[in-house]
Amino acid sequence: MKLSKEEVKHIAMLSRLELKEEEVEKFQTQLSEILDFVEKLNELDTEGIDPKFQIIPPQNVLREDVSGVSLSREKTFMNAPETDEEYFIVPKVVKK
Amino acid sequence: MEFEAVIGLEVHAQLLTETKIFCSCKNEFGAPPNTNVCPVCLGMPGSLPVLNKKAVEYAVKAALALNCKINRYSVFARKHYFYPDLPKAYQITQYELPFAENGWIEIEKPDGTKKKIRIKRIHMEEDAGKTIHGEGLDPNSYVDLNRAGTPLIEIVSEPDISTPEEARLYMQKLRDILVWIGVNDGNLEEGSLRCDANVSIRPKGSDKLGTRTEIKNVNSFRFIQKALEYEIERQIKVVRSGGEVVQETRLFDSQRGITKTMRTKEEAEDYRYFPEPDLPPLIIDDEWLESIKASLPELPDQVKERFIRDYGITSYDADILVRDRALARFFEEAAKNYSGEAKKVANIIISDLLGALNEEKLEISESPVEPLHVAQLLELVDKEVISLRVAKEEIIPEMVKSGKEPRAIVEEKGLVQISDESALKEIIKKVLENNEKAVKQYREGNDKQKQKAVKFLIGQVMKETRGKANPKLLNQLIPQVLEEV
Repeated sequence: MKLSKEEVKHIAMLSRLELKEEEVEKFQTQLSEILDFVEKLNELDTEGIDPKFQIIPPQNVLREDVSGVSLSREKTFMNAPETDEEYFIVPKVVKK
Repeated sequence: MEFEAVIGLEVHAQLLTETKIFCSCKNEFGAPPNTNVCPVCLGMPGSLPVLNKKAVEYAVKAALALNCKINRYSVFARKHYFYPDLPKAYQITQYELPFAENGWIEIEKPDGTKKKIRIKRIHMEEDAGKTIHGEGLDPNSYVDLNRAGTPLIEIVSEPDISTPEEARLYMQKLRDILVWIGVNDGNLEEGSLRCDANVSIRPKGSDKLGTRTEIKNVNSFRFIQKALEYEIERQIKVVRSGGEVVQETRLFDSQRGITKTMRTKEEAEDYRYFPEPDLPPLIIDDEWLESIKASLPELPDQVKERFIRDYGITSYDADILVRDRALARFFEEAAKNYSGEAKKVANIIISDLLGALNEEKLEISESPVEPLHVAQLLELVDKEVISLRVAKEEIIPEMVKSGKEPRAIVEEKGLVQISDESALKEIIKKVLENNEKAVKQYREGNDKQKQKAVKFLIGQVMKETRGKANPKLLNQLIPQVLEEV
């Protein structure tokens, strides 16, 4: 299954990636190959088999509603490119 | 051509759990920015979500109160989009298999007609953080992730709503029910309850659906109605002038009272939903469902019916009393302790107690007045120890201020009703001397004028005695004294 250039650009936009024209072509080939590989799964006959979302047997994993320890601001902001000690600072995003 | 609107609402309600939906950070409004955060809600690689049991219970409780069918097996999904207040770049929500479907609520319009609004589905999801945009030339936006991971339910209605007023009533009814069962605080200003509206128009009587627009984030009851009124009017104008409504998302500008384009269909989001691999499907078995059902209180509509049936109060009064669960409880306890007619209890609570509490900026749940005291107060009136007027004007405000029993206040302030005939006659005589005009009217007038004069004089005696005179006795004594003098 060959992806179109437009599809590659759309996927890049959704991932907020800026691609050069030659990269579009490169990923067009690579992504198409991945799709072809996954396409193999469709060769299996799954008629009459319910979709499964997990491989482990279904059972609930829940926690009680009891508060635990949150991070210190120091740790919270440790990897943040920019903060004012209270907020994460990002380039202005006007609400779409 | 006449047009009609077709409206569906998506309401997001925050659940009142102690902690977030997938981690043990506190779920609280107003904490200092970025203090209730941890690797899970910050979206750190390697961290894993674990579902909060209480959040499920509150969600199911809400779904039951909204007459939904509970799906015993539901699945979480990832919804992908980029925004700085969504650290993982996906929101954990439910998509193909929500935990609840096919519910309804009934709204009552001002003319008394009722209408059922169907609920298509309810799903559980996590809230995003909050972004504050720098003002003016400030090139930054500021992100607070305290809210990220707050448990939400999204309640999606069927397009059964036909007018902006119905939309407002539906939203108010939802709020009343969610607050009543204790899963949401009903605070629209703080964003505990938020609404998106889908709306389209079509020629009246047609069964086809027109192209719809979505109005985002309308956060007050008044604005829901206003935004929809504007948007319906706008769509009608577009169609009447030969144009076509464009499918798009619009924002309501509350200051100008208009909606404006936010994004069109071409720019529509592509959320790439897929099942969340980090969470197992949610199973709600019989035992769990039954225990949640057992925790569900009697609902406002049921209580209203019962109040009308068992206590003989009016539908109007019952409506007011079931607005607030604490108020309904208060009324019922007072009515149970009172030997007279319960509608007197409803009346004094609604027309006097609530106002007096409001004066002191108190909610009924914080009332220093006990329900029993209201019953005692009415008994004092029935036994003619005090007049109703004194009860309403003097004692209720004092009960609210001091929390004392009515009898104590009556004694302290010397408010016992004057039922002593000779004492009353003395007062009446004095009042007659000062109101010659009314006396003349009584003597010279016809029956109607006589009645009027007596009524006026009763008012004067009441004034003189600060409401303490026994009104029944006055009715007999005033004409008597007038004839004697």
